[in-house]
Amino acid sequence: MVEFAFWDIFRNLLLATRWTLVLSLIALTGGAALAFILLVLRLVNYKSTNLLISVYVEIFQGTPLLMQLFLFYFGLALLGVETSVWWSAAAALIFYTAAYLTEIWTGCVRSVPKGQWFAAQSLGLDFTQQLKWIIFPQVYRLGVAPTVGFLVQVIKATALTSVIGFIELTKAATMISNVTFKPFLVYSCVALIYFVICSPLSWLAKRLELRLAQV
Amino acid sequence: MTVELDFWVVIKEWPLLLTGVAWTLGLTFVSACVGTLSGLGLAWVRLQNWQMPSRIIHIYVELIRNTPFIVQLFFIFFGLPQLGFRLSAETSSVLAMVINLSAYSTEIIRSGVEATAPGQIQAGRSLGFSEFQVFKHVILPPALFRVWPALVAQIIIVMLGSAVCGQISTEELSYSANLIQSRNFRAFEAFIVAAAIYLSLAIVMRWCLNRLGKNLIFKGLSQNG
Repeated sequence: MVEFAFWDIFRNLLLATRWTLVLSLIALTGGAALAFILLVLRLVNYKSTNLLISVYVEIFQGTPLLMQLFLFYFGLALLGVETSVWWSAAAALIFYTAAYLTEIWTGCVRSVPKGQWFAAQSLGLDFTQQLKWIIFPQVYRLGVAPTVGFLVQVIKATALTSVIGFIELTKAATMISNVTFKPFLVYSCVALIYFVICSPLSWLAKRLELRLAQV
Repeated sequence: MTVELDFWVVIKEWPLLLTGVAWTLGLTFVSACVGTLSGLGLAWVRLQNWQMPSRIIHIYVELIRNTPFIVQLFFIFFGLPQLGFRLSAETSSVLAMVINLSAYSTEIIRSGVEATAPGQIQAGRSLGFSEFQVFKHVILPPALFRVWPALVAQIIIVMLGSAVCGQISTEELSYSANLIQSRNFRAFEAFIVAAAIYLSLAIVMRWCLNRLGKNLIFKGLSQNG
């Protein structure tokens, strides 16, 4: 029987960590872009679009991410799109991330005092200018901490893509432990790697939040 | 091209879906009860300023909050047998969910408790309450009231997260959906139905727990306190 050195296992896990990070980055940038569009649409304040956005958020926050992944995986194929795990994992995570970020940022916009809107209007700024010069700078200040906190959530969420066969850290762990028969060691390493990635971000989110509270 | 959807073949398997729902709710119920209670206990210990236990709980909370649930589950189900702890899929699922939820609830409850005004604690002490009585009657009721919505949200997140437990063959809802699609190859329909059920479970649970919080717990607490 082949013996696997600890370093072999750890190196392969680290190599797979790349894809966890890449996927997290895709989910975050794509999700943030979509969330930004939805946020602006919400602020334009049409009844019908607002309702649609709320339904979208409710659906993606109220169903397990695992189901969303399966639905994108099988659903895209049903529509005749050539699916790869890459596409379905990325698409599901982007929609998942966008739902949460829309909700987080809407909360931030709501906590900007109403008077700021009125003041901006009375200065004769149009809607785009109000957002750009008055509202979003304040939303940005409020939103950084919860967004960084949610990034931790996104990184952890990418672990679920292993179920549809996307080879990232968790999937690599399953494969390696099947070969080496050392599940305890392998999953300990995996937990450690996730911890090393996520805990600085959690710490940062907490720091930002505290700093905001002091101002 | 047209897509033909056939939901009937999925709905026809309703006994399977029902079993799945029962398992999902059962897992969630047990882990919500145990997880919240142990979170309460751990939050209490952390507030006592005992150096060692506080530090250990802090490490536990950080470890759980910064690793994915699926890794925790696989660690318990696949990793622990190597050390001689062989657990069934169901036990592993409950254990993982409890361990996961109590880390979050510890943190949630602690944040509520820390928002208590110091004057209230001093007032409680000056009435001759013991430390435990102060915690139970003065600190806890308003703290729980403050964090109840966050706690409810976390319980629902854990319920949705339990979908992963199907991967280690716990027969909850997502496992049923997988089983159905393996029988009739109607994967999309099966997961749509499962997702719809999860969504309604989440909505109903949120409503019930919010009501429970408003009517039962806090009325009772304010009468006792």
